[in-house]
Amino acid sequence: MKDIFKRHPRYPAQREKFEALPDNLWIRCPKCQELVYANELESNLRVCPKCKYHFGLTARERIDATLDEGSFHELDANMRSVDPLRFSALEGVYSEKLEQYAEKAGTAESFLYGHGAIEGEPLVFGVTEFKYAGGSMGAVFGEKLVRAIELAERESLPLVTVSSGGGARMQEGTVSLMQMAKTVAALNRFKEQRLPYISIMVDPCLGGMTASYAMLGDVNMAEPGAYIGFAGRRVIEQTMRQKLPQDAATSEFLLHHGMIDLVTPRAEIPSLLGRLLRMYVTSKASSRREPVAQLA
Amino acid sequence: MPSLLDFESSLRHLEHELENVRARGSNGSSSEQQERLQAELENQLRGIYASLTAWQKVQVSRHLERPYALDYLQLGFSDFVELHGDRSFADDRAIIGGPAVLDSRTVMVIGQQKGRDTRENVERNFGMPHPEGYRKAERLMKQAERLGIPVVTLIDIPGASASLQDEERGQSEAIASSISTMLALNVPTVAVVIGEGGSGGALAIACADRLYMLEYATFTVASPEAAAAILWRDAVKAPEAAQNMKITADDLMEMGFADGIIPEPIGGAHRDRSAAAKSVTELATRALNELDSLPREELLARRYEKYRDIDFFRE
Ligand SMILES: [Zn+2]
Repeated sequence: MKDIFKRHPRYPAQREKFEALPDNLWIRCPKCQELVYANELESNLRVCPKCKYHFGLTARERIDATLDEGSFHELDANMRSVDPLRFSALEGVYSEKLEQYAEKAGTAESFLYGHGAIEGEPLVFGVTEFKYAGGSMGAVFGEKLVRAIELAERESLPLVTVSSGGGARMQEGTVSLMQMAKTVAALNRFKEQRLPYISIMVDPCLGGMTASYAMLGDVNMAEPGAYIGFAGRRVIEQTMRQKLPQDAATSEFLLHHGMIDLVTPRAEIPSLLGRLLRMYVTSKASSRREPVAQLA
Repeated sequence: MPSLLDFESSLRHLEHELENVRARGSNGSSSEQQERLQAELENQLRGIYASLTAWQKVQVSRHLERPYALDYLQLGFSDFVELHGDRSFADDRAIIGGPAVLDSRTVMVIGQQKGRDTRENVERNFGMPHPEGYRKAERLMKQAERLGIPVVTLIDIPGASASLQDEERGQSEAIASSISTMLALNVPTVAVVIGEGGSGGALAIACADRLYMLEYATFTVASPEAAAAILWRDAVKAPEAAQNMKITADDLMEMGFADGIIPEPIGGAHRDRSAAAKSVTELATRALNELDSLPREELLARRYEKYRDIDFFRE
């Protein structure tokens, strides 16, 4: 408990410690270093009331913060990895680590999906669980995302994903890498239909995801101040021997460089999604019988 | 004589002897001696290469004299015209491409290109493409599709470039978009990993109907050094990482990601570049013949299923 009061110079991995806090405690914001009353943070969607730093959310919290209350119905909740490489490293045997991840995160894998609604608009919603192996993309993540895409396609529903993760699941090696192709292949098919895909990226979102499905939204959206990059800050600094400016590969940086459409504070995401979905889905309904436009 | 890798050091004496005999020129007795030494060298090489570890294969795949994409173009294709630029920002020299003739068929070749010396390596960013490289690749793929030309990619990349400038210009988006375009191409596609298949930067031009690997090529989610740094917290554990990450051609076949292994000359492709080029182009030609015979709808359906059917999960 004690070390949450330590000063952290940069964005630390504090979210787990935060989870365990009794509700009568103060916690220190890693960005502005101010003490924030935990209850106040909770009621503010875990956004620092002083500096607007967006603390990480679990998948369940994200669902609560984004979708209409009680509208989420999860599918394939028990799909699990089979440890394709029979992998072990310093941290131990991967198949055993999987159990620990599940215990820590309270989910069977790092990606959840299901039916949901935003302001009454039905959709298929997928979300990463960062607490499960850093939200990394392995075989289960890929399969569930593809099923989410196929479900949306089958039922003519819009697709919204919220992504946060370190990228590929190293312990699944090339199997993990191939999920980039698998998910993009499915997304290609989805996009042949007149259906919108909105991709929301939250802190941190890296290579395996950004270099595949997550950057391919009809609308790419991010929460303020999120790190969204091909490579992590430390990797770039080490390999390029280059000190990165504070705002490098943040949401605002990506917006400036034309890689994303919108930087949206957490509290405004549901209403913005509602607006977009109403417009896109209405346009679909009014021209449903016309053939899908083909590029020459 | 080729530079020897550490596990080949027992050959040093034999290589020197062979070189001396060759230098002395060909009279009857020395040519006989040369043949004998050559046979002995091949014999020993065969022995060493029969049981390479994953890490040793990584070393072969990175051998400084290993044939690169432009070598294959020169030795196995004809009439190659290199096209330049992404029409938006720059010409990336770590990715080369353009039309060429392969066994009387026009193909669009896209290859990742390392440099041979320091100057060329700087020019080619050590074979690590920037976003504009992937955008050039995508442009050439779309051109090939429009003109009905099949695409052949040659993969040899330690990893995509990862600097601040790459983030600014959207490395993630460039790779994602290249993957998307390649998967949807309405022409046959063949990818050959000729050296290193490093991560998403390799996958960007590897999403083909057929993925072949040279015998000592690798395909990996992260370089063994990077994987070791992350999973063993020590980059010197790279050999261990190479073994555990299952990155060799045999591993990729076993997992169902590679469609075939192209045997290399004894002692690796760098010992006989022409023979390596011949093997690559023969297999690519055979693959294109097979793919050409498929109706396009079926070609695309099969390509989709190849990725859709990846399992490795339980319910
Ligand atoms: Zn704050």
